[in-house]
Order: sequence, then C-alpha cells, then structure tokens
Amino acid sequence: MGLFDIFKRKKIEGVDDTMYLTLREERRISKENNRIIREFERAKNRKNVSEEEYLTQMRDPSNVVEFDNLHTYFFTDVGTVKSVNGVSFDIPQGKIVGVVGESGCGKSVTSLSLMQLVQGPTGQIVEGSIRYQASDGKCYDITKMPRDRMLKIRGKEIAMIFQEPMTSLNPVFKIGQQMDEVILLHEEGATPESARARSIEMLNLVGIAGVEKVYSSYPHELSGGMRQRVMIAMALVCNPRLIIADEPTTALDVTIQAQILELLRDVKNKINGSIMFITHDLGVIAEMADYVVVMYAGRIIEKGTVREIFHDPKHPYTVGLMKSKPGRHMTEDRLYSIRGQVPNPINMPNHCYFYNRCDKAMEICSKDYPCMMEFSPTHQAACFLYGQNSLEENLAKEEGR
Amino acid sequence: MAVEEMKMENMNDDILIVSNLKKYYPVSKFALGKNRAYVKAVDDVSFKIKRGTTMGLVGESGCGKTTVGRTILRLHEVTGGQVIFDGKDLSKVPKKDLRKMRPQMQMIFQDPYSSLSPRLPVGEIIGEAVKEHKIVPKSEYRSYILKVMHDCGLQPQYYYRYPHEFSGGQRQRISIARAVALKPKFIICDEPLSALDVSIQSQIINLMKDLQEQYGYTYLFISHDLSVVEYISDTIGVMYLGSMMEMGDKKRIFANPMHPYTKALLSAVPVSDPDVKMNRIVLEGDIPSPVNPPSGCKFRTRCPNAMPICAEKVPKLKEYEDEHMVACHLYSQD
Repeated sequence: MGLFDIFKRKKIEGVDDTMYLTLREERRISKENNRIIREFERAKNRKNVSEEEYLTQMRDPSNVVEFDNLHTYFFTDVGTVKSVNGVSFDIPQGKIVGVVGESGCGKSVTSLSLMQLVQGPTGQIVEGSIRYQASDGKCYDITKMPRDRMLKIRGKEIAMIFQEPMTSLNPVFKIGQQMDEVILLHEEGATPESARARSIEMLNLVGIAGVEKVYSSYPHELSGGMRQRVMIAMALVCNPRLIIADEPTTALDVTIQAQILELLRDVKNKINGSIMFITHDLGVIAEMADYVVVMYAGRIIEKGTVREIFHDPKHPYTVGLMKSKPGRHMTEDRLYSIRGQVPNPINMPNHCYFYNRCDKAMEICSKDYPCMMEFSPTHQAACFLYGQNSLEENLAKEEGR
Repeated sequence: MAVEEMKMENMNDDILIVSNLKKYYPVSKFALGKNRAYVKAVDDVSFKIKRGTTMGLVGESGCGKTTVGRTILRLHEVTGGQVIFDGKDLSKVPKKDLRKMRPQMQMIFQDPYSSLSPRLPVGEIIGEAVKEHKIVPKSEYRSYILKVMHDCGLQPQYYYRYPHEFSGGQRQRISIARAVALKPKFIICDEPLSALDVSIQSQIINLMKDLQEQYGYTYLFISHDLSVVEYISDTIGVMYLGSMMEMGDKKRIFANPMHPYTKALLSAVPVSDPDVKMNRIVLEGDIPSPVNPPSGCKFRTRCPNAMPICAEKVPKLKEYEDEHMVACHLYSQD
C-alpha cells in the first residue's frame, strides 16, 4: 500500500464501513422506520384492551418470569439495531439468575423489555413473549399488556435497582419523600403515617445507621454505598416478587460492593423473591447467582447453573471470558485475550456472531448460526463444536412439528 | 525518611523518588488567613519506583491515588515534599523548563470518551505533541506516527478518522499511542481499564506489557481493581484516605497481607468460582470525610482490630520484612 492510499476512504477488508451513509439512504431508512414504528405504537396505545388478550399460561408454574424468543429492536436512522435477538430463559421462584455479557450485548435491554421501559418510539418489542406469573395467580404476557395495566406491576411486583445510584434518585426530593411516594402509589389505603413507618422499616432492613437522619436528607448528602442501599430499600417497600438488579455494584468500591452483595442475598431470603442480576463481572456472578445466562451480541450463547458454567464452560466465548480475567495466583506470563471486537450491531452477519474472534472457528461457522445444544437439562450452549445443527434448520423443524 | 539518604542510593536504579508528598486543598474560602480547613488529599506519601518496573497504586475512590499521580506530574502544585524524577526535583523546576521535561513523563487517563479531543483526527491527536516537542525530524513525522500506531495495534487507515468512530478499547489504544509517541520514560496510567469490557481489558493489559518489554517504560498503575494490579505490577502500594497503608513487593503483599485494610480489600474481591466460599472480612461503614479524618490511624473507625493506641498515635510506615512495609500498630514493637 502506497503512502498516498491512506488518504482515501475506500472499502477495506475486515473494516466496517457501514457507518457512512448517504443522505438519501438515511432518509429512506428513516421513512421506513416511521412506518414500522407507527404500527407498533398504534398497537400499544389501544384503549379498553380486554384481559383475555394478554392472559397466557406459564410453561412451568415454578417460574416467575419466562422470556420466550424475545426480540427487541431499535429502529435508528442508520439502520435497525437488533439489541435483543431471540432470547429465551426462565427465572425460577426464589432464585438468582445472573445475566453476563459485555456492554452492548443486550442484557440491559432484556430487563427493560420486562419492565416495558424500552425507550420508545425507536425501541420496540418486535416478536416473542415475556410471561409473568403475577401475585394474584394469573399469568400475563407483558409484551401485550397495555400501559395502564403495567403501572400496577412495575415498581410493585417487579422492582428495579439501577446502576448509578446518583442519577436514579431525584436530587430535589428528600429520600423519605421519594420512598413514601412508592408506597402511597401502590398500596391501597396507605396513609402518609403508615408510609413513613414502612419506609423507615425498610431503611432499617438494609442496614442504614441513623435512619431518621437519612429519611430526611437529600441524595447528595449520602455516599455512593448509602445511596445504593436506599435504592435497594426503595425496591423492597412493596414486597416485590422479582427484583431486577442492573449492575448494582459497578459504580461502587470493592469493600462497599461486598457489603451490598451480602445485603442483596440477605434481602432475597427475607422476602422470598427472585433476583435477575445483570453484571459484567464474572466474580460477582459466581458468588451471587444460581443460574447464569451468557449473552453475546443480542443472543444467548450459553446458559446453565452456576457450577456448570464455571466448571464446565462450553462456548469458546465463555471460556475466553473466564481466561481473560486476571485471577489470583496467575501462573502464565501472558494474559489470554479474545481478539477483535463485537461486530457492528447494524448489519449483523448471518453466521455465528463470534466467528471472527473465535479460536476454534470452523468452516461451518461462517455459514450458519448454530442452535442451542443441550448438555444437561439445564445446560445449553450455541456452538457448532458440539453439533452441526443450525438455528434456521431447527426453527424450521419445530414449525413443521 | 530523609531525602539525602534516598539520594545516596543508586540514582540510576530509581527513576522516581517521591518523599513526604503532601497535597492539601483548601475548602473554606472565606476564612481569611487563619483556621482554614483543608482536604488532605495526599498526606505524607513516600515511595520509589525502579526503572523499567510497574508500581500499582490501589485504594478505594477518594483515597487520593489519582491526586498522587497528578501531583507527581505537577498538573497540581505540590503542597509539601519532593518528587525526584531522574535525579531532578520536579517540585522546584521552573514552569519554563518543566515544559521541556513533559515528554519524558506521560499520562493515560481513565475515560477514553472524554480524554480525546473530538475535533482532531487520530493522527493529529497522536502527533500534536510530537510536532510541538520536535521528537522526530519533519521528514519522518508521518512514518513515525504510523509506526507508533502500528505498535499500539491501530491500523494505518485510522489516521484520518475521528475519535467518535471508535469503540472504547480502540480509543484507549489511541490514548496509549498518544502517550508513547513522545518516547517517555515514565507513564502514569490512571485507571486505564475501568471503562472497558473484560475481553477488551485483557487486550489493553497485554498491549501495555508488550510496550514495556519493547521500550522499557516505567509505569505507575493506578487502579481499584486488585486482580489487574496483581497481574501487571511489580510493587504495590495500598492507600487509604491520603496515606500509604502498606507497600512492597507484589508477591509478598498478596501472599501475606499485613494491614487489616489490605486484608479486607483482598477478601472483598469476588472469585470466579462458585465453590470457593471465602472468609470475607466485610468492613463496616464508609470512608470518613477527608476534611475531618479520624485522629491517630485513619483506618481505625472501620478496623476490626482497633486498639486504644490507634486513636492516639499515627502509625509510621515501617519495614516489616524485606521489601514489605506496613503502617499499623499491630506490628510495631514499641
């Protein structure tokens, strides 16, 4: 290559040039997106939806939530981002399910889909269902649920703890006011006095010293660990059946992280709920979770119990992730690293998404996307190393059945 | 430790000697003259780094580890103490001459999203200081930048691209390229990995190790991630609330942590094995406010082994065994 060639922007092999679009292309995409989005929004905004429309049956009554082939797309002006692309897994009652993956792999979008909080109108649940076993014994499909009905579940039965305790608390209201609001909204017949008593009880439960003082202080007066405790207390006030913890310890120091993890485990036993624990830290997952779901580029590549995943990882990505974390008492001189980076979320390849970074890539990997291979009733991985079935063939087979 | 003593030692061996470094920030602006309150961000910290090695600086947020790094480079003025870099006392060098010394010491910042100018293409980001300091003759400029980019794993066609077109890992590579383009002797890495994913982290760690092997850089690696520090460093310093609590050879510290804080810090790291149940020491409470630190030992408010003497006397950093120093009353004889 001559020196002059670097001035030109030309198509180079292995380099993604999809981010360069002409204005005309962009306009065409956005026009088409508008059409698609309008249809979805219309379906969402219907009034007087009868309950039968979103009542379903759980596959296994011991689960709280079942994700079934969930697709959540974002229709952006540069193309469709398939953030969640066919995700299926269960959250059993009273268990902790850990979701691991790199940033942008769709783990947060999965949880937001469950809460009906996907940023609209660009973000839409396109396909699939999320079955939720409510506390009244009925089973709802959250993807079809109207918004006003969801208000009764969100925050009450399914609560969420966000990553950044600073930005998720309102800076202009006192802690007490913010906590009381949750109770007054969700509990019937709650009075300001009973709400206050309940808030203080919950703050005590999460181990905050000087509860009265914290109750009447503003978020900026508390440290990061304290704020995260308040967030957990707020999630607990209505005795939720499921807590979604979206990277609850990422913004905290290790010693504070240890406190918070201890607290979460403790709290789960007290309220007998389930936790969906989202993180990118494998160490935290090993410690907290009963079941692990590993996501990569919007798809689940491996799932199983925590022992199966950590002692017998099957997918090369899971293996690589474990090896690339510098552990205690390392003997090798050089750290293992997965080469390359996650493919561009727009224009995903139609072969295995991990193909370009995989050490064990074979010819078939560049042709099809593998289907989930079963190793035990709980352990599954999507890789051609363990069988030659592609995802499409499998889907076709299932439809034919 | 007296500065003269430190100077007496082999000068060629230690590239950086920090002695009794202090950095105070005033907080009450209107109390004119007297009784001003200070945040003692760095309070009497001393350490040395040998040429071609890596020192890891660990501690919780707010313990002053970043301030140490920035004060060494004199991005902040020193309140007290000395920083001797390559035989020169940096805290006394006039500003004019300091500029000439800048290429020798570089910094890699934490957040690759805010530390790169969005208005400059990659080639210019890397090359701006090279031009300014005339590191290479003009005729070799472009080929030199391309060589640096190649060393850091950046493809030549990135030369005219802008930072927003890159992912976090690639941006951190650009930051590293910008630092190493000046042929520095000493690089301060201020949490270069904490904004990156695990699989990208290991790529960057390997890159930094390769560069060190190739060009013999000395690193001061600031991080809160103990497992990364254990992997990359030769010596380790543990900081708490502006003071050095424990310092020494990596292997000795990890095999035999002495200070209760180091012990707690080590036990708090989650292990990637569901069957290993660690005897975790969970520290109570939060870091006290640095404006009003506890008397005596700063750690005593959270320390599981606090004794009456801890409230009275400040423990001194003492050598306990070879290349292993600890500041704790548990181990002092008197």
